Amino acid sequence: MLRLEPRSTQSLSAAWLSPMLALLLTALTGGVIFLAMGKDPTTALYIYFVEPLTSSSGLSEVAVKAGPLILIGIGLSFGFRAGVWNIGAEGQYIAGAIAGGGLAVYWYESTSSFLLPAMLLTGILGGMAWAAIPALLKTRFNANEILVSLMLVYVAELLLVHLVQGPWRNPQGWGFPGTRMFPDAATIPLLFMGKRVHLGSVLTLAVPFIAWFLLARTRFGFRIRLFGSSPLAARHAGVQSNRIIWQSLLIGGGLAGLAGVIEAAGTIGQLMPKISPGYGFTAIIVAFLGRLHPVGVLLAGIAIAVTYIGGEGAQISAGLPKAVTGLFQGIILFYLLAFDLFTRYQVVMPSRQTVQ
Amino acid sequence: MRKTIRLAALALASAMTLAAGTVSADKLKVGFIYIGPPGDHGWTYAHDQGRLMIDNMLGDHVETTFVEGVPEGPDAERAIAKLAETGHKLIFTTSFGYMEPTLKVAKRFPDVKFEHATGYKQADNVATYSARFYEGRYVQGQIAAKISKSGIIGYIASFPIPEVVRGINAFMLGAQSINPDMKVKVVWVYTWFDPPKEADAAKVLMDQGADIITQHTDSTAALQAAAERGIYAFGQASDMIQFAQDTQLTAILDNWGPYYVKRTVDVLMGTWSSGDTWDGMGPGMVGMAPYTNMPSDIAMMARATAESIRTGAFHPFTGPIYNQAGELVVKAGEVAADFPMLATMNFYVQGVDDKLPE
Amino acid sequence: MIELILTSIMTMMTPEFWISATPLILASIMTMMTAATPLVFAATGELICERSGVLNLGVEGMMLIGAVFGFAATAVTGNAPLGLLVAATSGASAALIFAVLTLNLLSNQVATGLALTIFGTGLSALVGFDYVGKTIDQIGSIEIRVLNNVPIVGDELNRLLFGHDPLVYLALLILLGSSWFLNRSRWGMILRAVGDSDVSAHAIGYPVIAIRFAAVTFGGLMAGLGGGYLSLVYTPLWAENMAAGRGWIALALVVFASWRPARVLFGAILFGGITILQLNAQAAGLGIPASFMSMLPYIATIVVLVFISRDAIRIRLNAPACLGRPFRAER
Repeated sequence: MLRLEPRSTQSLSAAWLSPMLALLLTALTGGVIFLAMGKDPTTALYIYFVEPLTSSSGLSEVAVKAGPLILIGIGLSFGFRAGVWNIGAEGQYIAGAIAGGGLAVYWYESTSSFLLPAMLLTGILGGMAWAAIPALLKTRFNANEILVSLMLVYVAELLLVHLVQGPWRNPQGWGFPGTRMFPDAATIPLLFMGKRVHLGSVLTLAVPFIAWFLLARTRFGFRIRLFGSSPLAARHAGVQSNRIIWQSLLIGGGLAGLAGVIEAAGTIGQLMPKISPGYGFTAIIVAFLGRLHPVGVLLAGIAIAVTYIGGEGAQISAGLPKAVTGLFQGIILFYLLAFDLFTRYQVVMPSRQTVQ
Repeated sequence: MRKTIRLAALALASAMTLAAGTVSADKLKVGFIYIGPPGDHGWTYAHDQGRLMIDNMLGDHVETTFVEGVPEGPDAERAIAKLAETGHKLIFTTSFGYMEPTLKVAKRFPDVKFEHATGYKQADNVATYSARFYEGRYVQGQIAAKISKSGIIGYIASFPIPEVVRGINAFMLGAQSINPDMKVKVVWVYTWFDPPKEADAAKVLMDQGADIITQHTDSTAALQAAAERGIYAFGQASDMIQFAQDTQLTAILDNWGPYYVKRTVDVLMGTWSSGDTWDGMGPGMVGMAPYTNMPSDIAMMARATAESIRTGAFHPFTGPIYNQAGELVVKAGEVAADFPMLATMNFYVQGVDDKLPE
Repeated sequence: MIELILTSIMTMMTPEFWISATPLILASIMTMMTAATPLVFAATGELICERSGVLNLGVEGMMLIGAVFGFAATAVTGNAPLGLLVAATSGASAALIFAVLTLNLLSNQVATGLALTIFGTGLSALVGFDYVGKTIDQIGSIEIRVLNNVPIVGDELNRLLFGHDPLVYLALLILLGSSWFLNRSRWGMILRAVGDSDVSAHAIGYPVIAIRFAAVTFGGLMAGLGGGYLSLVYTPLWAENMAAGRGWIALALVVFASWRPARVLFGAILFGGITILQLNAQAAGLGIPASFMSMLPYIATIVVLVFISRDAIRIRLNAPACLGRPFRAER
């Protein structure tokens, strides 16, 4: 039997090689699936992985799609490091969009340049407020945050539906659900004409580096890491668990809220019954795929975004149904997660002594 | 109806073969954006049947593509733009929430024609279309009132939007035309598609005494839940008779095919122009599945009502119509205007046993 | 609003109300049980899995896989019990992928579980392509008529006790069995030990990985059965994504139950019950905004959880200490 030994030092070559190996195996498995579907495997794989990166509009779309995944993923990675299971980022994203977007709904004629910054801020606060509920119930009543945060996703979804077809409905909207389109002052400026990538994407790029600094270079980051790896030692070192729970949920909620308001004000331009294609859930995978490391999350977010956009391309150019994309995405993730093993462990041939 | 379209398509096809020199050899690419999977057997399924009709009739000149399961929200604009970028010259976006994204993409691709279903904003290269499903609901209301013994009808509604409210009202008016005391109980499930929940809603309504079930959600679950108890029900969006052989009374058929073929032909001929189409039984956009599981006199009545709606002799929203507060909203002998009353309908007619969610 | 509540309370005080409402209440309980059953299946399986220390967020994916394969098998063979068997085994097969990844290859459980949900959604849609719009014969209820001779309430009581479909009873049996297994049997105690402290369980000599493999597989088996219940009994049809989030609710119920089987039933009936009640209230035309009514099941679950969680010590006793952590035998 081969045996696994934990690596004493992180191996850089393994960190790069294992995703590459995973991609290679994905390509092979994918090739078999596409052949079975009667498609040319090389073309299909090209459409999935390469085509989204070959055009400026493709790159712009990757940035738009990866943005919220990275923001939420970074926020979640704080909590996951500390062992706080916030599964409800989707709800915090919606709460952020509601709180921030609400300003644009009430000041729909505003031309003030303060409006957009105010929206971003209230968006963050909205996400934080939604995350504060599980934090409060966890610290005060010991209620499990997995359940509370998850249930609040559904509540947030229904609240949004209620608002956009009730009090916030566009009066000129023929009775259909949805708010007015946001005024220009409440819309995040685009970076290039005719492309959807906007200033929010630039903002998003900065967040991983801030997060990296916080985690690696501050006492706060140390406390979070210590609490996650060894709660008992952390308690001895005077780390208060309630404080960590509050901090990690608020960071996660705040960034999810920011992602929500950026989507509403940047990509969509209004509030409507559905504003997320499941970003809050996908971001959980992104966080772990990036090994809860800010730069890793950045790369993982881009990788996942590419497969989504490639999947749409595959529907259009190759006629592959969406179901195949889901299947394929699942397999990619399986391989990536499996090969993650080799970054943490090395395979050793057993010597006589170790095999008993 | 199908026949005339088919003839038109054939005529076009032969005309184009004759004029082969003037028409480019490239096929016209027509794209579709779907909200659900074509396998929902409801809304998206009906649109996909329309797409297949294009394939069948114009396959020599046209190539169709679809992107399924595109959520309303940030992803919609990209999917639409991608179709435009990949050379699709006619794009159907088949859900209300695609309205703004469609308009945005249309601005960037002025030479591509867009068709947005159920919306109200047009542009030079964006037309809108929708179907008068309420015509079918009126017929269903009449059938239900004739057949119901308890006098209570269960109505499973999705979201309180004008389309759904209009359906409830038309159904109620139809029922009242037979029996003024008919009651309609409404349950809002806040989803278009969740089979178990739709079934639950049907069961709850039957528990409360409804002996006819009708739905404005997409799956066959409610119809099946009713069939299990031997309760009559109506199908939705397509003929669902195989799910309830002994209890489906009829179904409203979303028949998008003829419109899709016509608009595609328009683009092929270069005669496409923007506009708003709101068709009903007349042009065949709304159809009725065979009237089954009912006495022949009721089937005859239903057929007669549908026929008079089809010919335009009768309009389901003919006054006098009162709202829930008892105020006269459409005078006797008058017909409700398309705009604003029908298009933006957000009130119940008198007799609906529910409070409209605000 | 207050007026409305007061008048409803006043009407509820009269005996006439209760006599006239009895059939409705009984019917509602029947509907409630059906709504709770798929949740009971999936949540019981996940509970055993979590008790062994493994958190599998792929319940939704496994339910969908169970639903589609179960439906396909029944549609092809016409044999519904066989369909259920296929549903359960296909759910278990999906769980095996998860087990190999998380237990042998030590991948992250949360991420792998979510990946399993994505995989399952895609696979089920692909497999189900040819089965959309197909019909099968539903598994009906087994009416055992034993209480017919009891006067007045005989019929209703008979329906209430014996009128459900067989799977409702199966779900209850499995739930009882799981409770017995965890609390009374030797292997149940070992399973709990593995979940509470994998290192010491290993040191004593228990096969940690093998036990977790079995627990994860059982979780898949049950999720598959829950999915099969949806596509074969609840709504005998296949439609893409027909679980519509029930796998997630099942996950929440395990937490809600604080990892105790009996409370799973309580949670499932509470959640399913409030869902049915709010639909009933709407149908009765009570006039409370429907969007708020739809939030009720979720909010009520949170509120009840807060109440039962206040007793911190008892919760800690049940929560598996090693939940979500990978285990690798040191020597």
